Amino acid sequence: MDDRERLKTEVSYFDPQRHPASPSRRRFLKSAGVSGLAVAAAPALSSVSYAGSPDDPDTQAEAPPAEGQRRITLTVNGRREQLDVTPNVILLDALRHALQLTGTKKGCDHGQCGACTILVNGTSINSCLSLAVTHDGDEITTVEGLEKNGQQHPLQQAFLEHDAYQCGYCTAGQMMSALAILQDDDIGTSDADVREAMSGNICRCGAYKNIVAAVQSARGAMQGGNA
Amino acid sequence: MRHFDYARAESAQQAVAAHGSERDAAFLAGGTTLLDLVKLDVMQPQTVVDINGVDLDTIARLDDGRLRIGAMVTNTALARDERVVEDYAVLSQALLAGASTQLRNKATTGGNVMQRVRCPYFRDGVSACNKREPGSGCAAIGGVNRSVHAVLGTSDNCIATHPSDMCVAMAAIGATVEVQGPEGRREIDFADFHLLPGDTPAREHALEAGELITHVTLDAPLEGSRSAYLKLRDRQSYQFALASSAVIVRMDGNTIREARVAMGGVGTKPWRAPEVEAALKGKTASEAVFADAAKRAFENAVAYAHNGYKIPLGQQAIVRNLTDLTAA
Repeated sequence: MDDRERLKTEVSYFDPQRHPASPSRRRFLKSAGVSGLAVAAAPALSSVSYAGSPDDPDTQAEAPPAEGQRRITLTVNGRREQLDVTPNVILLDALRHALQLTGTKKGCDHGQCGACTILVNGTSINSCLSLAVTHDGDEITTVEGLEKNGQQHPLQQAFLEHDAYQCGYCTAGQMMSALAILQDDDIGTSDADVREAMSGNICRCGAYKNIVAAVQSARGAMQGGNA
Repeated sequence: MRHFDYARAESAQQAVAAHGSERDAAFLAGGTTLLDLVKLDVMQPQTVVDINGVDLDTIARLDDGRLRIGAMVTNTALARDERVVEDYAVLSQALLAGASTQLRNKATTGGNVMQRVRCPYFRDGVSACNKREPGSGCAAIGGVNRSVHAVLGTSDNCIATHPSDMCVAMAAIGATVEVQGPEGRREIDFADFHLLPGDTPAREHALEAGELITHVTLDAPLEGSRSAYLKLRDRQSYQFALASSAVIVRMDGNTIREARVAMGGVGTKPWRAPEVEAALKGKTASEAVFADAAKRAFENAVAYAHNGYKIPLGQQAIVRNLTDLTAA
C-alpha cells in the first residue's frame, strides 16, 4: 500500500453533503475500559474503511466515526471543518489529504525544515510533529488563509518583490513563520532577531538574505495598515 | 506512522491510570521528540496517553521563594515568564538557545526533561545501540562521534550526550522533579533524575514504570546573583551544543562569593560541576582563576576519536561565560 492509499484509510473528510456516511462509519466505539477517558483503539489497517462514496444512499449526517477513528472539528482559515481521523494522523496530513489544503508542504517530516509550519491558535508550530486528534476545537491558519478577498497579504507581496520565493517549496512555511514573528511583540525587530526566529525554516537554496528582507518589508507594510 | 491506541486524559490520575505500568505505553505532551522517534520506528508505543488536556500549564511562586513549573508549560512560555527572565536568566537564555521557534512553541517542560539523545546511531534504528537494543553494542564508540558524543560520564556501553539546554540551566539552578505514579506522588532531586549510562544505558532516568512528571520546582534564586547560558555550536542557531555552560555567580566586588556551574554537550547527563564551583569560591575574578577552575571539570574526561576538542572547548565555554558575567 503506498502512502496515499494508506492515508485514505486513516483520515477522512466528514462532509455529509459531499461524503455521506457509509454503514461502516456507524459502528460505535467499543467501551473504553478506563472510566472517564475518551479512548480510540487502533484497528488493523484492513478493518478501517474510507468515507463512503458520494453515491452512497445512506445520508445520515451524524453517523459516529468509524471504529478506530475520532471525529474532530477544526476551524481552518475561518471555516469549520469536521474530520474523522485515526490517532496516528498528523495535522499536516489531515490538512493536505482530507481538506486538500496542499499549500502547507511536507519536507523532512521531522520538525527540522519548517516547510509544514502553520499557526494554531495564533502560534506557529510544525504540523508534522502534531497529531490531528490533539487539535480538536483549535483555530488553524495555513498559507491559504493569507490572501483575503483576492488581495495578497503584504507578506506574499513582499516575498514576490524581494525574490524570496526561490523554488517555492519551503515558502509556505517561511511565510507562516514570518507571520507569527511579525505578530509577536516578544520577538525583536532587528535583522538578527528575524534571522534567529526564522532559523527553524530551512531553505537550502540560499534565499535567506532575500527572505529576511521580505519579512522586514512586510513588517513596514503591515504597520502601514495594509494587513 | 505506525498505529497506536490513543487515550486523552484530563487529570494526572487519569493519565497514570490509562498508562498503567506498560513498557509500551507513552505519555504525549508536546510530541516533538516522541512523534519524531515513532516515525523513525525507534520508539514503538502501543498506547499513547495524551496529557494536553491535563491542567499542568501554570507557573507558581511558592512561599519559600521557589518557582513551581507545570510539566505542560511550553518552552516559549517558560522562557518568557517574567519571574524566569528576572530571577533565572540562565534558564530563559538556555530555553531560547534550544531548537526553533516552532518547536519551542510546542515542546514542554516535562517533555524536555524526558528528551531522548540525538546520537545518530540511536536514531537510525539499525546500528548497534545499547540504549535502543540492550546488549547490541555501541556503534558510536569507534564510529563518528564528533558532535553529540560526550567526554564526561561515558561508559563502554554508551557515550551519547544529553541534548537538552533547559536541563543544563536547571542543573545549575538546582531543582526538584515532582512525579505522579501508580504508587502516588513523590519528588526526585533534579541532580538524581538523569542517570549515567554505566551498564544500563537503556535506563535514562529515575522514573519508575508509569510515572508522570507533573512539575519541576526550581530552587529559590541565589540572592544578588547574575547568570547566563553560553552555547557553542557548529552554526549560530537551531543546532545542538558542542559545549555549553550555565553559570550563576554571586560577586562581592571583584570576589566570587558563590558560583554554580553546569555544562551541556560534553556529558551523558546535564552536568553539574561542583569541583569548578569549589575552585571559584572566595577567589578574585581573573581569567587565570577561571581557567584553573574550568580545567578541574575535565580531569576525568575521556576523549573518543573525534571529540577530543570538547575538552578545551568545554573549558572555554566556562571561562568565557565567567569572564562576561563578572565583567559587568
